[in-house]
Amino acid sequence: MTDLVLETCSLNKSFGALKATDAVSITLKPGEIHAIIGPNGAGKSTLIGQISGALPPDSGSVLLNGQDVTTLPPPARARLGLARTFQISQLAMEDTVLQNACLGALGASGKPWRFFRPALSNTALRDAAERALERVGLLEHAATRTAELSHGQRRQLEVAIALSLSPRAFVMDEPMAGLGTEGSATMTRFLDELRREAPILLVEHDMDAVFALADRISVLVYGRIIASGTVDEIRKDQAVREAYLGDAE
Amino acid sequence: MTRRLTREGLLNLAVLAGLVILPLWALWADEPFTITLATRAVVLALAAVGLNIALGIGGLVSLGHAVFFGIGGYAMGILAHHAQTYTSVMEWPFVIEGTKNMPIIWLVATVVSAFAAFLIGLLSLRTSGVYFIMITLAFGQMFFYFAISWSEYGGEDGLSIYVRNSFPGLNTLVPIQFYGLCLAILLAALALYSALMRSPFGLALNAARQVPERVRAVGLDPFRLRLVAFVISGAITGLAGALFADLNRFVSPTMFSWQLSGELIVFIIIGGVARLFGPVVGAALFVALEHWLGGLSDYWHIYLGALLLLIVLFGRGGLIGMFAGRGKIHD
Repeated sequence: MTDLVLETCSLNKSFGALKATDAVSITLKPGEIHAIIGPNGAGKSTLIGQISGALPPDSGSVLLNGQDVTTLPPPARARLGLARTFQISQLAMEDTVLQNACLGALGASGKPWRFFRPALSNTALRDAAERALERVGLLEHAATRTAELSHGQRRQLEVAIALSLSPRAFVMDEPMAGLGTEGSATMTRFLDELRREAPILLVEHDMDAVFALADRISVLVYGRIIASGTVDEIRKDQAVREAYLGDAE
Repeated sequence: MTRRLTREGLLNLAVLAGLVILPLWALWADEPFTITLATRAVVLALAAVGLNIALGIGGLVSLGHAVFFGIGGYAMGILAHHAQTYTSVMEWPFVIEGTKNMPIIWLVATVVSAFAAFLIGLLSLRTSGVYFIMITLAFGQMFFYFAISWSEYGGEDGLSIYVRNSFPGLNTLVPIQFYGLCLAILLAALALYSALMRSPFGLALNAARQVPERVRAVGLDPFRLRLVAFVISGAITGLAGALFADLNRFVSPTMFSWQLSGELIVFIIIGGVARLFGPVVGAALFVALEHWLGGLSDYWHIYLGALLLLIVLFGRGGLIGMFAGRGKIHD
C-alpha cells in the first residue's frame, strides 16, 4: 500500500444532522489524475478541507505517502509535500506576482526566519519562483502587482505557487473555476503534463476537462462515493447518470 | 512604480534632512527647548516604528503597546532609582545592582519588553480582529493598574531620576548630544524595519496579513510569524520607553496608559500605515501640534481629531501616501 501517494480511510464528518462526508475512502496513485465530481453541496469542499488539514474529520484517517497525517495541521501537511490550490484564489493582492511565487518556494525551503537579506536577492528562492512562473506562462508579469492580473492569470498563479513547493501530491479545488473555454483548454493541457511530476486529486465542475484528464473518477453525492472508475465506466454508470450526469447528457 | 518609489524615497530624505537640520538650527539659535521637542518626537517615532512592524507589516492592531513603552520606562526608572539611592534591585538569589549606564539600561528594557511581548503575544495572537484589540487593551490596563499600586516604585506618583543616565563618551545632559543618540537609534530601527520588510520573514508576514490560508497551505505558520513580529515590535517600543523616561528624567504609570497606545496608532495612521517613515511623520506632526496648538487651547486634540478624520476619509495612505502615491506593498 505504500505506493499510494494519498489515501483517505473511511472519513466521516457531520455538521449537526447533515452528513457532509460519509465513509469516504479514496486513493491517489503516482502519475495519475483522480477527479472528484459531484453536484453542488455534495461535500467536495468539506472533503478537501479534511485532506488538507483545515477541517478535522469526526472519524477515519488521512495518509500521505503511507504516513498518518490525520492530526497534523495544514502547514505540517504542506511540508510533507501536499500542495493545494483554492477554489477562490488566495493570493497576496498587494504584492507582486514574483513575491507570491516566492512564498511557495519559501514554504518549501522551510526557512522563513531570515530577517536581513532581501527575499528577492536570494537566488535559490528567486530561481524556484521564476521557474514556476515560467511553467505557467506568467514570467513576463513577474513584476506586476497581483491585483492587476486578470482572473485567468490569477488561476495560473494559484497553480504556480503550488508548483514552487515541489510537492509530492497536488490537491486542486476547481482550478478551472471562472475560466473561459480557451483558458480551460490551456489549463487542461498544463495539468496533463503536470501529472508526471506529482499526481493530482482534482475537484472540478468542468466535465470536458475532467473527461479529458482523469485516469479515474469518483462521484460524490450527499457525502458518499456512489461510483468510482475510469472515464468510460463512469459515463456508463446508471446511478451516476441519474444522480448527476442525467441532465447533462 | 519606480517613479513612485523614488518620490517616497525623496520624501523620506526630506524628513531625514529636517530631523538633522532643525536641531542644529536650534543649537545655533540657542533654543534648547526646540531640541527637547525634537527629541520627544524622535523617541515617540521610535516607539511607533516598533508598533509599525506589528501593525503595518503584520496587520496586528495592538491597543496595548504602551505595555512595552512602560516596561522600558520602568526598566530605566528602577535601575536608575537604585543606582541613585545606592541600593540593590534584588539580593536573592543573586545580587542585581542599579545602574546609570544607558547601554545596560537599554539592554534590560529591550529584553524584558521582548519577553513580555512573547507572553502577551502567546495568548492574544490566538484571537484576531476586535478580540485581539480588546485583549491587548486588557493587558495594557493590567500593567497600568499594577504600576499604580506598585508603591515601592512611587505608585501613582512615579519615580524621579535626578540626573540623566550616562553614555560612554557623551555628555547626555547636553540636549543636542542626547538628541543625536536618540536619532541614531531611530535610524537603526528604521534600517531594521526596511530590512525586515524585504526579508523572507517580511514576505511571509506580509502575506500572512493578507491571505493566512495561503500561508498555511505553503507550510508556514501565521501564528509563529506574528509572534516573532510582535516580539521584535515590543522590544523596539520598549527601548523607546527607556529613552522617553530618560528624556523626562521621570517615569510614571501614564507611560502604561491606553491613551498612549492609541496615540502610537494615530501616529502611524497620520503618517501612513506600513510606510517606512510613516511613524516618523506622524509623531513629528503630533509633537508640533501638541506644542503649538496646546499653547492656544487645552482642547487642541479637537484639531488632531479633525486631521485624523480627514486623513482616514480622504488619504488612505496617510500623509506619505498623499504625497508619494501608492506604496510598494500597502494601499
